[in-house]
Amino acid sequence: MATVEPTPVRSGRSGELGLLLLALALGLSAYALVSVTLDGSLPAGFYRDGGVFVLVTLATHAVVRWRAPFADPVLLPIAAALNGIGIAMIYRIDHAHTAQDSLAGKQVIWTLVSMAAACAVLIFLRDHRTLRRFTYIALVVGTGLLVLPLVPGVGAQIYGARIWIHVGPMSLQPAEFAKIAFAVFFAGYLVTNRDTLTLAGPKVLGLQLPRLRDFGPLLLALGASLAVLIAQRDLGTSLLFFGLFVAMLYIATERSSWIIIGLGLFAAGAFVAVRAFPHVSARFDSWLHAFDTDTFNAVGGSGQVVRGLFGMANGGLLGTGWGEGYPQLVPFASSDFIVASLGEELGLTGLFAILVLYALFVQRGLRIAIGTRDGFGKLFAGGLAFAIAWQCFVVVGGVTRLIPVTGLTTPFLAYGGSSLLANWIIVALLLRISDNARRPSPLPLRGPGAPAEPASERTIELPRPAAPVGGAS
Amino acid sequence: MNTPLRRVSLVALVLFLALMAATSWVQFVKAPSLNADTRNVRTLYREYGNFRGPLIVDGTEVALSKPSDDAFGYQRSYPDPEVYAAVTGYYSVVVGRSGMERYANDLLNGTSDSLWWDRFQHLIAGKDPQGYSVELTIDADAQQAAWDALGDQRGAVVALDTRTGAILAMVSKPSYDPNTLAVHKTSAVNEAYQALLADDGDPLINRAIGGDTYPPGSVFKLVTASAALESGTYTADSALDGTDGYTLPGTSTVLHNFGGGACASSGKISLADALEMSCNTAFASLGNGVGQDALRAQADAYGFDSTLSVPLSVTPSRFPDDIDDAQTALAAIGQGSVRVTPLQVAMVSATIANGGTELKPYLVKTVRTPDLEVVSRTSPTTLGNPVSASTAATLTTMMESVVTGGTGTAAQISGVSVAGKSGTAQTVEGEAAHAWFTAFAPADDPQVAVAVVVEHGGNAGNEATGGAVAAPIAKAVLKAVLKK
Repeated sequence: MATVEPTPVRSGRSGELGLLLLALALGLSAYALVSVTLDGSLPAGFYRDGGVFVLVTLATHAVVRWRAPFADPVLLPIAAALNGIGIAMIYRIDHAHTAQDSLAGKQVIWTLVSMAAACAVLIFLRDHRTLRRFTYIALVVGTGLLVLPLVPGVGAQIYGARIWIHVGPMSLQPAEFAKIAFAVFFAGYLVTNRDTLTLAGPKVLGLQLPRLRDFGPLLLALGASLAVLIAQRDLGTSLLFFGLFVAMLYIATERSSWIIIGLGLFAAGAFVAVRAFPHVSARFDSWLHAFDTDTFNAVGGSGQVVRGLFGMANGGLLGTGWGEGYPQLVPFASSDFIVASLGEELGLTGLFAILVLYALFVQRGLRIAIGTRDGFGKLFAGGLAFAIAWQCFVVVGGVTRLIPVTGLTTPFLAYGGSSLLANWIIVALLLRISDNARRPSPLPLRGPGAPAEPASERTIELPRPAAPVGGAS
Repeated sequence: MNTPLRRVSLVALVLFLALMAATSWVQFVKAPSLNADTRNVRTLYREYGNFRGPLIVDGTEVALSKPSDDAFGYQRSYPDPEVYAAVTGYYSVVVGRSGMERYANDLLNGTSDSLWWDRFQHLIAGKDPQGYSVELTIDADAQQAAWDALGDQRGAVVALDTRTGAILAMVSKPSYDPNTLAVHKTSAVNEAYQALLADDGDPLINRAIGGDTYPPGSVFKLVTASAALESGTYTADSALDGTDGYTLPGTSTVLHNFGGGACASSGKISLADALEMSCNTAFASLGNGVGQDALRAQADAYGFDSTLSVPLSVTPSRFPDDIDDAQTALAAIGQGSVRVTPLQVAMVSATIANGGTELKPYLVKTVRTPDLEVVSRTSPTTLGNPVSASTAATLTTMMESVVTGGTGTAAQISGVSVAGKSGTAQTVEGEAAHAWFTAFAPADDPQVAVAVVVEHGGNAGNEATGGAVAAPIAKAVLKAVLKK
């Protein structure tokens, strides 16, 4: 009698550990190289800082082993590698600006906090579907986070954008967290209403338009958030939300008409923004005519972008090497323009490697979405993964002058606590979803305890017929 | 929802590919023009912050970079500034570069494409780009001799190795101190630079190869004689009209000889004798005998009217176009609109010395890595054959007699046969003539050719002739090279 053995699912944890060690080696050697080049010795607190970074990363890995043993093994190492490279570059820029305080030290602390937060998400969020219960709460929270910087006493205007809040001694950019809240809301709302959005409603010129009452709340939420963002002069975040919204609508409804509607809305919005807001049209002008002397020298003109391009050109194919370039000549070299700094010192080759890391991260995220069984998880994971891709595109595209500069942070790399924290929470959420997707069912595959839904993606050994079919008569 | 997810992942991939294309565009395609942008201070930092190779003459650095304590990290300095200023030029953060500092810049800072193999090896080995040492062809003794002999007079000296074309000496006076322009203090540099620009001696101009260029006077008779001999209708013994006056065709102006008399009592003089005593009337009539086209063709064959880089950029010497017979007669004796650089005159002598083959002058002998490994060595290149070997031999004999018994006796060196030609070039009315002398030696086994110009007769003023003022300077340089 033949026995049926279920194929054991590989957890991928040892693979993750191996990749994680590689990622740590990458970050630590970068950190060491910067100091060796600039000072001829290891950084002052190398063993302390490095030790903390290694311990926290390995602790996160341990938590993944404990709470999400079947999670995707690639996400954590990529995030850790980018995080480490980012700290090394921030440390390098600090070194050039000797008068300023240590941003790298702060970033290490934020890394600690962020990884701890990721662990907390893995420990306390046992099933991502729990989040679906908070669909409308997420809408309120997201909107609240966006409005917060406008509240007098809490909000603060820094560098011309009112997107910061003060919490004790720290300043936070709540929009980074609103990104997650809106992803929850879009996923929860769309998974419930996708059928009505898809099927009901008039058809115009071959495009299936939704009914206003189905689409209304969504449009209202988005319009309000975009209006708030434009009022806060944070174009990057509004572009990010818009991309997230269109992508998730498309994933939910499978209708390409949404993309056309989305692009149409975007074109209209962009046109209105360029016409109505002087700071938007100034950005647009400084993008088109970046190399004009007037634009270059204007306050808030193209000087920053062009200086970033100079830096990247200086790096060329192979880069100047850690500590050998002049990335500090670009304003915000360790935050908004960290990509230009990396392009200068690591060259086109290094930048390609970083872009490939992001691309891998995003593709793993979307793969998780495809592998997940529930619609909410698919939408949520797909939305989060696309948000990372879109954010990279908006930032790096801005720095390389593919599109106008908008002022978003580069996920994991750039200096900034809010961004780091929010993106590590996204890592935790994707790990959670992937664990649920890949975990072997604790229930037997057949028999009375088997799950009731059709397990179409699983192969089930069908019982052989008891009697031979056909026979000699 | 899997189909749209797959499409979204395709879109994400396209986004990343677009970013890769954009970064490639910036860091590869547009990088050269971005690096060349004047607003890009990185270029300055990289340029002045890296070790720059030295310029070396006979094993001694004449321009070198020393570590400095300021933001740039290196300070360019010139140990013997004025003597070598015409060659080295200056290297300034404020007012740019000139001379070899400019024309050998990509060698000195190590970015030259011609050394790509060496640079590639460095890239692979992970070493920093390095500035190369550029060893010059200058002979320190000849340079110093030329500098000393010219004294405080305005003018220029060029010496060439007749066997290779290597430039052995290049002096231009008045000179200047490139150290004053190389300092990193903008106000001091600007002040020094404005003072040099305002100086009526134009010290920043390298008179040996550029500037306003000079009328050559009688040294041009070498070109006229070349054209005559090459034409086949004249020999060294051909009889020319050496009367006391030559009326310029179509005018009533009468051209006289230096001193006013006839070149020969009979009125007839051989070509060889006419060159020896620099007979103006004979050469003026000879000029119209060979014609302006033959003269121009001969001048152009020697390198007139064409560009040359050694690698310093040399101002082309000029022979006028479309001239009448009167101007042709004047051009034949190096007056009129003929203009030359001292280097061009030295090239004419060197070509005659080298049997009619003209070699390209050059200043860079070798390029070496900081550990003295030779990465490139200049080998002689031929520019052409302006005259035949027999014409060159005839001219050599004629030039020898200039020094033994003609206008150039002041250039005699005991034990060495010297071939030379003097020139006294009229300039503007009321100003003393430029004194010229060009020579090569030894005449029987040529090694070095020299050209000297002393502006407006130098200290001798109106009394000056090429033979009296310029020939001793040429002699000093020849002696220095030949170690006599």
